[in-house]
Amino acid sequence: MKSSDRSLLAGREYVGVDKIDGPLVYVRKTHPVGYQELVEVVDKTGHVRLGQVLDTSEDAVVVQVFEGTTELTMPTTRVRFRGEPLSLEVSEGMLGRVFNGLGVPIDDGPAPVGEEERDVNGLPVNPTARLYPRDFIQTGISVIDGMNTLIRGQKLPIFSGNGLPHNELAAQITRQAKIRGGESNFAVVFAAMGVKHDVARYFIDSFESSGVLENVALFLSLADDPSIERLITPRSALTLAEYLAFDKGMHVLVILTDMANYCESLREISTLRGEIPSRKGYPGYLYSDLAEIYERSGMIEGRSGSITQLPILTMPNDDISHPIPDLTGYITEGQIVFEREMNGRNIYPPVAGLPSLSRLMKDGIGGDMTREDHPHLASQLFAAYSYVKDVRNLASVIGEEELTPLDHKYMEFGEAFERQFVSQAVDEDRTIEETLNLGWEVLRKLPAEELHRVTDEELEKYYEG
Amino acid sequence: MSERVVGTVQRVNGPVIEARDISDAMMMELIHVGDVGLVGEIIKLSGTNATIQVYESTTGIAPGDPIYGSGMPLSVELGPGLMGQIYDGIQRPLVRLKDRSGAFIERGEEEPALQREKKWPFVPELEAGVQVKGGQILGSVQESERVQHRICVPPLLSGTLKSLAPEGEYTVTDEIAVVEDAEGNEHKLTMMQRWPIRNPRPTAQRMPLTTPLITGQRVIDTLFPLSKGGTVAIPGGFGTGKTMTQHAIAKWCDADIIVYIGCGERGNEMTDVLTEFPELVDPRTGTSLMERTILIANTSNMPVSAREASIYTGVTLAEYYRDQGYHVAIMADSTSRWAEALRELSGRMEEMPAEEGFPAYLPTRVAEFYERAGIMNTLSDREGSVSIIGAVSPPGGDFSEPVTQHTKRFVRCFWALDRQLANARHYPAIGWLDSYSEYINDIIGYWTQQVGEQWAEDRREIMDLLQREVRLQQVVKLVGPDALPDSQRFVIEVCSLFKNGFLQQNAFDDVDRYSTVMKQARMLELILTYWRKGRDAIKQGATIVRLRKMKVVQDLIKMKFNIENDDEASFDKLQARLERSFDRLESLYEE
Repeated sequence: MKSSDRSLLAGREYVGVDKIDGPLVYVRKTHPVGYQELVEVVDKTGHVRLGQVLDTSEDAVVVQVFEGTTELTMPTTRVRFRGEPLSLEVSEGMLGRVFNGLGVPIDDGPAPVGEEERDVNGLPVNPTARLYPRDFIQTGISVIDGMNTLIRGQKLPIFSGNGLPHNELAAQITRQAKIRGGESNFAVVFAAMGVKHDVARYFIDSFESSGVLENVALFLSLADDPSIERLITPRSALTLAEYLAFDKGMHVLVILTDMANYCESLREISTLRGEIPSRKGYPGYLYSDLAEIYERSGMIEGRSGSITQLPILTMPNDDISHPIPDLTGYITEGQIVFEREMNGRNIYPPVAGLPSLSRLMKDGIGGDMTREDHPHLASQLFAAYSYVKDVRNLASVIGEEELTPLDHKYMEFGEAFERQFVSQAVDEDRTIEETLNLGWEVLRKLPAEELHRVTDEELEKYYEG
Repeated sequence: MSERVVGTVQRVNGPVIEARDISDAMMMELIHVGDVGLVGEIIKLSGTNATIQVYESTTGIAPGDPIYGSGMPLSVELGPGLMGQIYDGIQRPLVRLKDRSGAFIERGEEEPALQREKKWPFVPELEAGVQVKGGQILGSVQESERVQHRICVPPLLSGTLKSLAPEGEYTVTDEIAVVEDAEGNEHKLTMMQRWPIRNPRPTAQRMPLTTPLITGQRVIDTLFPLSKGGTVAIPGGFGTGKTMTQHAIAKWCDADIIVYIGCGERGNEMTDVLTEFPELVDPRTGTSLMERTILIANTSNMPVSAREASIYTGVTLAEYYRDQGYHVAIMADSTSRWAEALRELSGRMEEMPAEEGFPAYLPTRVAEFYERAGIMNTLSDREGSVSIIGAVSPPGGDFSEPVTQHTKRFVRCFWALDRQLANARHYPAIGWLDSYSEYINDIIGYWTQQVGEQWAEDRREIMDLLQREVRLQQVVKLVGPDALPDSQRFVIEVCSLFKNGFLQQNAFDDVDRYSTVMKQARMLELILTYWRKGRDAIKQGATIVRLRKMKVVQDLIKMKFNIENDDEASFDKLQARLERSFDRLESLYEE
């Protein structure tokens, strides 16, 4: 059958379904339905729920219903196939508004006038069309700016745990992030997947108090919304972000929280469909699926905007080798890792020095971007702090008194590094110069011969100066 | 796209399609699905049904859509114009796709891999009338400033050369030769050939792997060398520097041609290569690095089945240049993504899984891939090689997972990336305890010839010291360094010097990013001189503090930055200073 004939059949309504299993609805003997086609499922009260085709064959079609299947009955449910994939009407008017995961407004306002309709799954960017990101974003947070620099167009997740201040850090970055000598054409797209109402409230209040709310579009699929809706939430959010960045030239910061909930939903659907699981019951395509989300960031040749992603995920049981943080780390360009022990010692932000990493840092710092000593200073801080960890382990075995004088100096350095350099107030906004000078200040706890990673000129200028 | 309908879609499940009413389709045939013409491949035939793996997103494909056959297996186009290109997993030229349809990759796009209009200057090397056999060189084309492309007879053809085009400019589809085979059939040859990606190209014979692939990375060349034609796996968790290591090797190794396969990795990494390589100059030839590089980019958000094919596409291109007598190195980043693509497709086909959901044929596929490496006597009687450097991304950094384990069975060199080293920003983070190279005995001859007999002994000694240091560190962890005698503390001291001053290499430093064989050998020799003389001094009563405080030690640590690759004179000077320092030290104790 030609696809032109098929569009004539689109919209035909089927009354009655054959099986309902969790969020999945099975319909037998339909006209040929396309894979991932948009579906409208109408319950007996006439309410329309949206869904998507997961599997299509000549005998049956499997539909996943985003708003859940509660109260659907087999004989009275009506199903309409729309003949096109799930799409979102996007426009600049969506900024300052609140939507559910599918992009339907839930803030009592009128539906925004759409400027264009986009397939929420997006299309892969041609790698040759990408522009390598290298613009430094100053977040005002020393441990990020100095050692894990955020670059415009980067995807840098926060690996956190329950009860750690990831929301505070994300909100602080949103408030303080700026490009040096920068423009102001920015927007924030916020996607909440399965987070609690008060967390969403916290972000809204934080955006409001810093006066950016009219530049924020929120896509909320909260903890009590159907879990299946979470699968589409980040895609809706990123579809809008792509439109704002690549068609309207805005610099978009996308916050996705919490990716662990997204993955849970994916596992739920996979299990219901009886797919062969890989690690911890997650489907084998978890990597590809996450990549479809995370790779929708960056910059494109000839377009002035950018998408910077800041996904937040809580590591189950603080385990960084769990499939969710593990696969995320393989896709994203670095990670900010939180450490519970630092949080316990009241260090905010509790960013673990060693496992955190920004892969795009190397091209966005130094000379004209930040300051010429930045690359070597960061490398020296990492090396010294790494040795501190060894010394602390040793001290816990043989006792601090037994350490050599040099190791004592390292202990002092470690303390200063954590208390002065890493630690800062939730509303403290440090410039990059302040951050770098602070880095040298804590390095002065160590003798100059120990600093192998900085040049003699840098030592002269910053260490002794 | 042909109009030969070979079947009809019956079921769509992600990238896997089941088809019915299959007529004359063959196994592994390249097909197109639906009116948009998505590219796919037949992977199973049963009665009148077939299973098809589709290389693009199947959104919108419905039961009843037609399937068109192409009559040939999934193949690559081989000929002038490959060099410097960037292709996707099924050899679609990404730059030309972008020029045609913009920044996003639409579905069903077709564009020939080799540009049809471009004319190449062909220089014949044979005369009409001679007997030719498969693989024999007919003539050549200057493909890039650095690569002379040799046009060969297709491997499976032999006979009489009836005609050969004179010197001149031709497109890849112009006829340049006619060969009459034994049965009297005439074959018209162009500069372009096709080859199915899943079949290795034939060669005359395998040769012993006695020449190292010099990468310019000291930890590799000195401690864990790779042979030309060898295979190596680089496993490491995220953030341990797999991609950085691959990039460094792609930039500085002494292969003639690099095929870089970005298999299911980040889009920006390919962009990085694309922006950086054209600007870098190859130290050996003075030409741009892009002149010897072919990129295959199938990033993580591009369709998963094309990811499966990308590995084979890359290795086939490499074999084609090997057959022309070149040394080719393949970087496959990452083979785990390829294995995961196999797993995903296998799952969609509802096959019975083996370990961790991977199909039972995973080890077979891994072995087939790595066996395509080797140094060969080609059909044209030249020496050419394919070396494979495969990154492995074990989940959670755990090397006991199936892909790492199976890969280990089929490679002879293993560069294990160490999380602790990476955390301390010690790059390249190749750990010296878990890594190994089985090629070391094969290539000692090469080093002896280049830098003298002493090298093998030096290398053995430093490996020995590194092992001793590990044991000493265990003691230090329990009782602290002060409990050790100075002679043992000096071992730790020398190893620390070796790690900082030799193993660690800064990829962004203009001097340090690449070291020649000479520089590596001299650095090793200097560090060992410090060790041997220091050890003797301690025996005579010198203290560790004195040895540590010697001014020359700072110069040893920084020699990697301060002494250029060919600057033997500076090494001689440093050697002399080191010896003088020890003489002064000794004179102190002799009195």
